[in-house]
Amino acid sequence: MKFSESWLRSLVDPKLSSEELSHLLTMAGLEVEELDAVAPAFTSVVVAHVLEVVKHPDADRLNICQVDVGSGTPQQIVCGAPNVAAGLKVPCALPGAELPGDFKIKIAKVRGIESSGMLCSAKELGIAEEASGLLILPADAPVGQSIRQYLDLDDHVFELKLTPNRADCLSLLGVAREVGAITGAATNLPQVAEVPASIADSRAVVLDAPAACPLYYGRIVKNVDAKAPTPEWMRRRLERSGIRSISALVDITNYVMLELGQPLHAFDNTRLDGAVHARMAKPAEKLLLLNEQTIAVDADVLMIADDAKPLAMAGIMGGEESGITLETSELFLESAFFAPKAIAGRARRYGFGSDASHRFERGVDFGGTRRAIERATQLILEICGGQAGPVVEAKAELPARQPVRLRTARAEKVLGLPLGAERIAGLFKGLALDFAQQGDDFLVTPPSWRFDMEIEEDLIEEIARLYGYDNIPSPAPQARMAMLRQPEAQRPAYRVRQMLADRGYQEVVNFAFVETQWEADFAGKTVETELIRLANPIASQMAVMRSNLFGGLVANLVTNLKRKQTRVRLFEVGRTFHRDAAAVPVAGYRQPWRLGGLAFGGALPDGWASGGRKVDFFDVKGDIEALLAPAALCFEKLVHPALHPGRAARILLDGVDIGCVGELHPEWVQKYDLTAAPVLFELDFATLKAGLVPAYVELSKFPVVVRDLAVVVDRDLALQSLFDGLKRDLPPLVADLQLFDVYAGKGVPENKKSLAFRIVMQDTQRTLLDSEVDAAMQQLVSCLEQAFGAQLRA
Amino acid sequence: MDNLEQIVSEACAAFAAISDPDALEQAKARFLGKSGQITELLKGLGKLPPEEKKTAGAAINVAKTAVETALNERREAIRKAALDARLAEEALDVTLPGRSETRGGLHPVTRTLERIESLFASIGFEVADGPEIEEDFFNFTALNTPEDHPARSMHDTFYLQNPDGSLADKVLLRTHTSPVQARYMQAHVARYGQQEKMPEIRIIAPGRVYRVDSDATHSPMFHQVEGLWVGENVSFADLKGVIADFLKSFFETDDLTVRFRPSFFPFTEPSAEIDVAFMSGALKGRWLEIAGCGMVHPTVLRHAGIDPEKYTGFAFGMGPDRLTMLRYGVNDLRLFFEGDLRFLRQFA
Repeated sequence: MKFSESWLRSLVDPKLSSEELSHLLTMAGLEVEELDAVAPAFTSVVVAHVLEVVKHPDADRLNICQVDVGSGTPQQIVCGAPNVAAGLKVPCALPGAELPGDFKIKIAKVRGIESSGMLCSAKELGIAEEASGLLILPADAPVGQSIRQYLDLDDHVFELKLTPNRADCLSLLGVAREVGAITGAATNLPQVAEVPASIADSRAVVLDAPAACPLYYGRIVKNVDAKAPTPEWMRRRLERSGIRSISALVDITNYVMLELGQPLHAFDNTRLDGAVHARMAKPAEKLLLLNEQTIAVDADVLMIADDAKPLAMAGIMGGEESGITLETSELFLESAFFAPKAIAGRARRYGFGSDASHRFERGVDFGGTRRAIERATQLILEICGGQAGPVVEAKAELPARQPVRLRTARAEKVLGLPLGAERIAGLFKGLALDFAQQGDDFLVTPPSWRFDMEIEEDLIEEIARLYGYDNIPSPAPQARMAMLRQPEAQRPAYRVRQMLADRGYQEVVNFAFVETQWEADFAGKTVETELIRLANPIASQMAVMRSNLFGGLVANLVTNLKRKQTRVRLFEVGRTFHRDAAAVPVAGYRQPWRLGGLAFGGALPDGWASGGRKVDFFDVKGDIEALLAPAALCFEKLVHPALHPGRAARILLDGVDIGCVGELHPEWVQKYDLTAAPVLFELDFATLKAGLVPAYVELSKFPVVVRDLAVVVDRDLALQSLFDGLKRDLPPLVADLQLFDVYAGKGVPENKKSLAFRIVMQDTQRTLLDSEVDAAMQQLVSCLEQAFGAQLRA
Repeated sequence: MDNLEQIVSEACAAFAAISDPDALEQAKARFLGKSGQITELLKGLGKLPPEEKKTAGAAINVAKTAVETALNERREAIRKAALDARLAEEALDVTLPGRSETRGGLHPVTRTLERIESLFASIGFEVADGPEIEEDFFNFTALNTPEDHPARSMHDTFYLQNPDGSLADKVLLRTHTSPVQARYMQAHVARYGQQEKMPEIRIIAPGRVYRVDSDATHSPMFHQVEGLWVGENVSFADLKGVIADFLKSFFETDDLTVRFRPSFFPFTEPSAEIDVAFMSGALKGRWLEIAGCGMVHPTVLRHAGIDPEKYTGFAFGMGPDRLTMLRYGVNDLRLFFEGDLRFLRQFA
């Protein structure tokens, strides 16, 4: 809602500066988003009458003008504007004037001719961006009057950012009423007299959908001059409200809407057949609107129609065919109340909005419907002439304004503020609310212009607003102290993140919607039914919800390589999205939290001691193991669309798949223009947060026996399977078993590799006998031999 | 006895001339060995008459001790010299850079969220979480924003497609973290609703939210932190107290002013917008919008099965991205989502 301060001050004029008024409105919930002067500061510019223009003898483009500035004697002013002419009224800066841009006017000689001032363009006065010549004023502009006064240039434009509940302030009348309530200043609201009919012409109005349209006033006005010019004052007020002047009739309806908050519509009466109906849309009904859009309207859209055809989407937009033009001489003027529920959301559904729908869906004062049609008639007759017919009223049941009970104690409890009934009564009086007091209770009957006073809380909000949110205390609250439960077996998410950060990884946050191609490349989702596609993406590269975190991380890598970052360690914690009919809590969409990571570049930061080794699968595997320690993880070969098939593993914890790790597939390395393959991983974040409460095991007082064992096995035997085999049948006195060497090459047969294990044995109750140790070693060896064809290495 | 003094001085001179440990031990043999000069003198004692034995023996022992002392001193000196040589040999350029993994870091917004969570934890707020693909019901309807409510146009909502291309009209990308309120209250009532007195709800819910909006100051995905306190005596004054305390704690200064300005949200009433202004620094004196808040609307409480006559509560939703920008002086929201290490490393 944008309006001119001087217009507002014609209705209510509190003794406050523009800034003070702005602050007050903001603090009352009518947020002032912008407050701008309509013109920059300048002085001593008056309305001048150009009496005579003669060519400058020494300059082609200059003229010597004799100008009446209201001082009694004509002034000689040299002027270079192309449009200067005798008889014009133009602004003139007098000697001593200061114009915008720190431009001072002095008596000076221009090419030898004395000039006592300057005739001005709109640009020179700072009220237009561009100008092609002098600002031409109307012929009746009073000579000698300050131009600031004449054009009302000391005015400001207020722009309010109104919340949807304050539709009552979508008019000058509403804002003035509010300003009166919060400042106590007297209001001078427009008095509108009924315009008596001077002709008998009228048109019947039928309310076919009385719940949606319970009140409709219509009136015929004949013999109007649609081409009459809009008066300057109206044009100025409209423009300062952000509405372009179009024609007198359109301007008048807009003006009344701004002034009183009631949207109006003017039909060309000659295009109407029979009675006017307010009815719901008929099946397959179509209408060409004023915005040249043809809409096939749904059955829940309220229409204005005549006996033969639809005319307008009620309260939203008029139809092209029944609209007024510059040729129109006979109007049918509409002022109606449409129920918010009948209008809400309809315009948005068809992809547009209008000033009218904006107001009707929030609620228009049904107590002012008649006043608006009278006000518009009065202005039409004044500006366009013509004769008005009688006002036809069609009325059904208007919204009931039920009294709302407010309990003083409840208001005090909700606000945390001892108010007392007396103060509440004072605040209600300030708002001019109609109320009855019953002890400490109030029964408030909301005015017809308020659609946000239905329950007690609505009144509590009014009380708080008028009392001033700033005046409500802000003590430290009191509450029962109870400790928060903090399960020890749960690692806080930050600790998991911090562990990765401590290992060199930097956290990133990527968008959850990604390019369709990423889902194909990194998740293998190529079928439309597997994708979760946005219905209204803002760009094609943000079209589908991601099902893993790899795409974003690879894109981050590309970005950073472009910025000459050669060693990159990244991670992200975020939800991924999967179609899953059985998902909870939102059926159809499983949304697990995952942690994804990427490592690229040197195994160590580049430097004198880094050795130049590049990060590989096992570095990252080590990071993952550390992250989940002390849990024992299993890794098994994995084929994954994003990863190198020979260098990727599924990660299992207690047999459950908790994620994967691997080198980026060489195809994507090439496609995404990378110089080498990063190692990627993704883990289930809930698993990462699960920890253990430590359990004590008694320490053995007896010595450990350590034996080494080297065996030769097939080269492609996965260590994990060997470990798993050993563990199934591990002699009880083995306390620990570690691989300490893997070797293939000279000394080991082709297609074989040598594995060396260190075996630690201990008993908690006694010292082990050599024979027991030998037996245990023999058991391990035979297990390796039998299950894996291992041979003891010589 | 001149002989003894001569032996001692000879030994001292011999030791002093030696810097090799093996040679020193050989030199020792010359004086103290089985047939060394001192040993020979001691052997010769037996031939002396008993009255001379005592004095001669004492004199030889004095000489022996002197030689031993000289030997030990020399041994120590040689050992020390060898150690010094080794230490000099082993000296490093301690100014070379250390050899280790560099530290990464948390995302600046994560850092802010952690601080927010811990500040609120200190007054008993737990962390709650909710889905990002959310049901229309929890995002809007349960929050007193039915279909066609004008407030819905305050949110530009991302919707999803069904596999057949039609609009999935029951779900959306959540436009705020407020649906976590609705879900949490519902679950709380399911758990405690039968009890005479329901325990208080004190939660914050940080997370990602989505709106169809993208320019220098808006990102289509951004963060929010929802806060909710429901209890028997929670008031608007408490809300003001908690928020003021939080902002001063978060920015670690009393040098700021907080103002509450009437506003509108369908799910709170009275509602307020929270602005903060710093008394110093680059943004001195400017009101900066950082959160929306209000008393939980009775309809929202009722939706969750909570009696608004018995319980009241407040809720707030703030923008941690904005708070992060203000805290660290970041001037472009988009930096948070670009993954540029040069930017992110500043928060390590």
